[in-house]
Amino acid sequence: MATATPSELHPVGAFVPLPFRVAERRQDTGDTWTLTLEPEESGFAVEPGQFAMVHVFGVGEVPISVSGPPERPGDPIVLTVRAVGAVSGAICASELGALLGLRGPCGNSWPIAEATAGDVVVVAGGIGLAPLRPVVLHTLAQRDSYGAVSVLYGARTPADLLYTDQLEEWRSTIAVDVTVDAAEPPWKGKVGVVPKLVATAEFRPEAVTAFVCGPEVMMHFTVQALRERGVPDERIMLSLERDMRCGIGLCGHCQLGPTLVCRDGPVYSQADVGALLGVREL
Amino acid sequence: MPQQLDEVLAQIPFFDGMAEDEIALIAGCGRNVHFDEGATIFRQGDAADDFYVIRHGTVAVGNFVPPRGELVIETLEAGDLLGWSWLFPPYRTHFDARALSPVRATQFDGKCLRDKCAADPALGFDLMSRFAQVLIERLQWTRLRLFDLYGNGHSV
Ligand SMILES: Cc1cc2nc3c(=O)[nH]c(=O)nc-3n(C[C@H](O)[C@H](O)[C@H](O)COP(=O)(O)OP(=O)(O)OC[C@H]3O[C@@H](n4cnc5c(N)ncnc54)[C@H](O)[C@@H]3O)c2cc1C
Repeated sequence: MATATPSELHPVGAFVPLPFRVAERRQDTGDTWTLTLEPEESGFAVEPGQFAMVHVFGVGEVPISVSGPPERPGDPIVLTVRAVGAVSGAICASELGALLGLRGPCGNSWPIAEATAGDVVVVAGGIGLAPLRPVVLHTLAQRDSYGAVSVLYGARTPADLLYTDQLEEWRSTIAVDVTVDAAEPPWKGKVGVVPKLVATAEFRPEAVTAFVCGPEVMMHFTVQALRERGVPDERIMLSLERDMRCGIGLCGHCQLGPTLVCRDGPVYSQADVGALLGVREL
Repeated sequence: MPQQLDEVLAQIPFFDGMAEDEIALIAGCGRNVHFDEGATIFRQGDAADDFYVIRHGTVAVGNFVPPRGELVIETLEAGDLLGWSWLFPPYRTHFDARALSPVRATQFDGKCLRDKCAADPALGFDLMSRFAQVLIERLQWTRLRLFDLYGNGHSV
């Protein structure tokens, strides 16, 4: 019986951080930056939804979703990072030309090919829009392959909204509905939680695939709202951003019941993980 | 041919499954209204004689909070219900409601409905159950915001 060698199981990019240089740097909000990273030597291709283990030399390594996926290994990789602690803060503080190490691609991807011909609803909360941006870009590039496409996006305040210029651009081709938890003048948009937008979003429940990412409580309420519209659990896809270490299914840090989020996820259907998400000890 | 009000109401989720004769009774207290963008629908402290079912557009519910200005607590959309102060004394509104876009709604005379509910407890129970469901839903959405899900200390 032919068995895979260790290097086939885990290609070198998954073990060894490859050097990438910060080629562009943009501040999105008070605490979030989008970096374009160019591979020094070889890079790697990434499917929408996959993530990279991003290494800041001398500080540490954290998982970050790819918000602008390279199609070919030599292409730049775009990451959107919120500075919440030591490593994410150091990534955000990286100056132009700084060197970061990336391992990847890690994890599975959003099943966008399976959603072809149907409707698509993307529901994002906060930085959760970053891993979903590739789904939106894909549906825009392949607009004719999908039915109704909507993006429902919620953030804390108007100042915390990501990709505001792109949201406007997307609006010309797909439905984009934005809401914030709290707002002061001159905000003229919606105020309220993002799961509430599901009730009025345009899609056919029997033909839609939902792609959801955000804080777990937000995902829980979004799932309830999608179920109320009649969307089956098998077509509600969630990205779980659980704390993880190795990123390649070896250390067990991100274990969620029978599954390792870094290896089998981060993308799961509600049918697969719904029962596990409510368990306190997991 | 324009639709009768009871036909319009039958399509609104709030009235889902309500008996036709009850819808007809309620329609007797309602009329269709329109608000231009920016128009005030009601102000805090006004007599709360009415409530609305929004059929099109967005309504901001909020208050003027000096010195910050007009703060919006939440926005309501097509299918949402606006106004519940007509249910209980002193029948005064607690917040301001303003049209953020052109709004079409059905306005119901709360006093007329209160009288009908008092005369017909079955109708009253049905209507109160529906209102309670709306209130619980609003409370849940508000509680969700109290978590401050996207606040500091959370990466997503
Ligand atoms: C698959 C995956 C994809 C991710 N994609 C992105 C992304 O695209 N952009 C982005 O900004 N972040 C993303 N994250 C979260 C990111 O990995 C964490 O913010 C980071 O690990 C925090 O490390 P730190 O050293 O900066 O902060 P720490 O000092 O480790 O933590 C600071 C604070 O963040 C909280 N925190 C740490 N890790 C997580 C986590 N995984 N989920 C929720 N809260 C956490 C801690 O509880 C603490 O309150 C992703 C996580 C996973 C698992």
